[in-house]
Amino acid sequence: MKKGWAQYVQLWQSLQATSSTLEKKECVAAYFAQAPAADKTWALALFCGRKPKKLCSSKELLQWCGEYTGLPQWLLEEAYQFTGDLAETIALLIPRKSPERPNQAFGSVTEQDWDLVDFLNQLLALSIATAEDKKAFLFSFWQSSSRTQAWVGHKIITGGFRIGVAQTLVQQALASLLQQSPADMALRLAGQWSPLTHSFDDLLSGSGAAQDQSKPYPFYLCHALDLSLAELGEPAQWQAEWKWDGMRGQWIKRMNQCHLWSRGEELVTENFPELAALVADLPDGLVLDGEIICYQNNQPLPFAHLQKRIGKKKPSKKLLQEYPVVFLAYDILEWQGQDLRAQPLHERREKLTALCHRFPLSQLKLSPSLAFAQWSHLETLHSQARAAQAEGLVLKHQDSVYGTGRKKGDWWKWKTAPLHIDAVLLYAQKGHGRRSNWYTDYTFAVWDGEKLVTFAKAYSGLTDAEIKEVDAFVKANAKEKFGPVRTVVPQLVFEIGFEGIAASNRHKSGVALRFPRILRWRKDKPLSEANTLADLHQLLKQYGA
Amino acid sequence: MPLLQLSPQGLYCAVGDFFIDPWGPVNKALITHAHSDHARGGSQHYMCQDLTKPILQLRLGKIAVDSLPYGKPVWHNGVKISFHPAGHVLGSAQIRLEYQGETWVVSGDYKTAADGLSTPFEPVACQHFITESTFGLPIYQWAPQAEVFSQMRNWALAQQSKDRIPVFEAYGLGKAQRILPAFAQAQIPIYLHPRIWHTHQAFLEAGVDLPTVLPLTAAHAKAFLPEAVVIAPPGSSLQAYLPKNKTVSTAMCSGWMTVNAQRKQQDKDAGFALSDHADWPGLLSAVKATGAENIYVTHGFQTIFTRYLNEQGWRAQELKTAFQGDAATEEESA
Ligand SMILES: [Zn+2]
Ligand SMILES: [Zn+2]
Repeated sequence: MKKGWAQYVQLWQSLQATSSTLEKKECVAAYFAQAPAADKTWALALFCGRKPKKLCSSKELLQWCGEYTGLPQWLLEEAYQFTGDLAETIALLIPRKSPERPNQAFGSVTEQDWDLVDFLNQLLALSIATAEDKKAFLFSFWQSSSRTQAWVGHKIITGGFRIGVAQTLVQQALASLLQQSPADMALRLAGQWSPLTHSFDDLLSGSGAAQDQSKPYPFYLCHALDLSLAELGEPAQWQAEWKWDGMRGQWIKRMNQCHLWSRGEELVTENFPELAALVADLPDGLVLDGEIICYQNNQPLPFAHLQKRIGKKKPSKKLLQEYPVVFLAYDILEWQGQDLRAQPLHERREKLTALCHRFPLSQLKLSPSLAFAQWSHLETLHSQARAAQAEGLVLKHQDSVYGTGRKKGDWWKWKTAPLHIDAVLLYAQKGHGRRSNWYTDYTFAVWDGEKLVTFAKAYSGLTDAEIKEVDAFVKANAKEKFGPVRTVVPQLVFEIGFEGIAASNRHKSGVALRFPRILRWRKDKPLSEANTLADLHQLLKQYGA
Repeated sequence: MPLLQLSPQGLYCAVGDFFIDPWGPVNKALITHAHSDHARGGSQHYMCQDLTKPILQLRLGKIAVDSLPYGKPVWHNGVKISFHPAGHVLGSAQIRLEYQGETWVVSGDYKTAADGLSTPFEPVACQHFITESTFGLPIYQWAPQAEVFSQMRNWALAQQSKDRIPVFEAYGLGKAQRILPAFAQAQIPIYLHPRIWHTHQAFLEAGVDLPTVLPLTAAHAKAFLPEAVVIAPPGSSLQAYLPKNKTVSTAMCSGWMTVNAQRKQQDKDAGFALSDHADWPGLLSAVKATGAENIYVTHGFQTIFTRYLNEQGWRAQELKTAFQGDAATEEESA
């Protein structure tokens, strides 16, 4: 008896049941350790968002469910309204089989003699079938499915299937299972493959020299500056650069192939074809550390622009034109195939500068080193960071090697103070885990004339004592209840900090904030003195995208 | 004039001059079961099934109360009154009234599947049947109890293997007694939260055979048995009773745990769809079994269930009572 389909459904269920990344990783690894060989590639494809085409519309599904159950459509609609998820509703409506209802067989025991690959192959075969054939398939599927199996099946059938797990997590799980590096896994999954042509082993366990060629170096990270500048010693020993607000990356050319990695060990070569194209102009055996950032008219652009490009594999021409990116180089890690990381920074910097001069390419720019003779000059520069579209400054010791991970002492980041606005607490929701008894998740609003318009959610920034105080306020002043959300009497004012602001038509306020958080509780501020929507739009004009 | 009518105080029998599950103080109240949305204080005199009596006294304090076993009739101003098993919780009853050939049954809350503890539901033939409809949507179809119990046990063991204490949130009257065998049969020790301890004791004193449990007290915290589970009423605080260094995993046992969105809204670690109310097939079979010509639907999805019954050829109408929308008390028994 084949169990692959049931195992896959079980995996889906376990992943839904936990919010812990560690447990999710264990579930994924456990699944791949015991799933049938042919199922593994299909499961991988589903993890990577490669969904089969949808078999039928939601409307057809409801109609067939009506025929199957003998229930009137209005009642199915009511059930759907109440449940809010069509795939789940229909799974719940299919008569449950139990020994207590003798004319039906027993429910949770699967009678499907299927692997995942069989299920998906059936869908594939049915994609060109008539509606009657699809209906017949569903009727027999319902007869043999447990509720969860039906639920997952419906999701796949209607094209709405999402497993809700980050690809990086899957890579890590596979890496630990196969005892390889997550970067390797990412690389192998990134290319052209299909469950129809590749086996799991072909895909993940071949030992290819080609893969090693693309490997990035571990990124060296900065520590947040927690000393006074004077404590750093002589200004001349330090190199200062802007801390750009883009995506840290490594650009690699080896064996005439380009590989672009993000700091999350994600291979993003396909996402940024204009950077991949640099391969034609730059010499082989080269690895650069830098920032991928949107750039136009000789100006870096706010992060919101880059956000349009992140996660978009094979971007359209239009997207490439509207949101062009460059690689702002910070460092050179490999030159002529030689690892330079042990050299002191000032030597690497010399090489990097020379390289950028020798190859003046519009998509490759040197992240400038900022001149300063005294610490006070650096303070002035720091205050200008935002105007330069930077998040702050980075300080690197002239003699520092390119290390691994995050070591304290020779690389520092010094971020600018966040943007901020005073806002009114309007909605509250209970937190998770340790804080599930407290109202800790808040939605904030600003004045728009007489009305309050919500513009941000924030979860962090208060002390435990303050959280208790706000919690008591919410409990005493709740006005309405929408599921877990409480509307509260507008009264409390908080200072909300954020790193960036962008126009957004998905939000009522017309703005989207980056990393909003509570800076402090403004008990001193009366409600009327909270900021206005106009203030927010002023910030948008000044700093926004 | 019909034998039973809806008055501002609830269902009223004018001939007998008594109320059934009134929602305010009256002279004489017949009580289907001791859940707080059915049994309210302040009335002069109460009548209920034998096993409901100790719980009523526990919850309402000093009251004048008579009780009857299932099936034994009494006459009051010429109205024949009898209590019949509703299968909802221990002592829960449907109330049958008969006067000059007219018969009514008020179901109170009921479930049709046996739970192994309360006397199983018995359909009672009548002309007029007042049914609840808490889970009157076809998405509600309960799994066999044994299946849910084994899921609960497996979840509890999984939590223990991760060094977490499994806590089952269950309503104090009904669910908290019903789920005991799920663990007791597997020799898993059970701690009962103080808020349900008294109900448990009252049933023991009334002669009900219940599995052995341990009281959850602050003194126990240090010697907490690692292989035990905790049963507590929903939303109760446990900090004072559990070892400081242990993490808790909380599961909710309720029919409302059927729908994923509602399970998520509860923000618990797990949810088990276990209900003391009838599911959709149960409601339909109960209505059918009474053979009643007139069906009155209350307590839940009355609009939907009434419409469906009428389409299927029954004569059904909604009975709008104060039960509905009273979220605070509604939660007691789901
Ligand atoms: Zn009730
Ligand atoms: Zn009840």
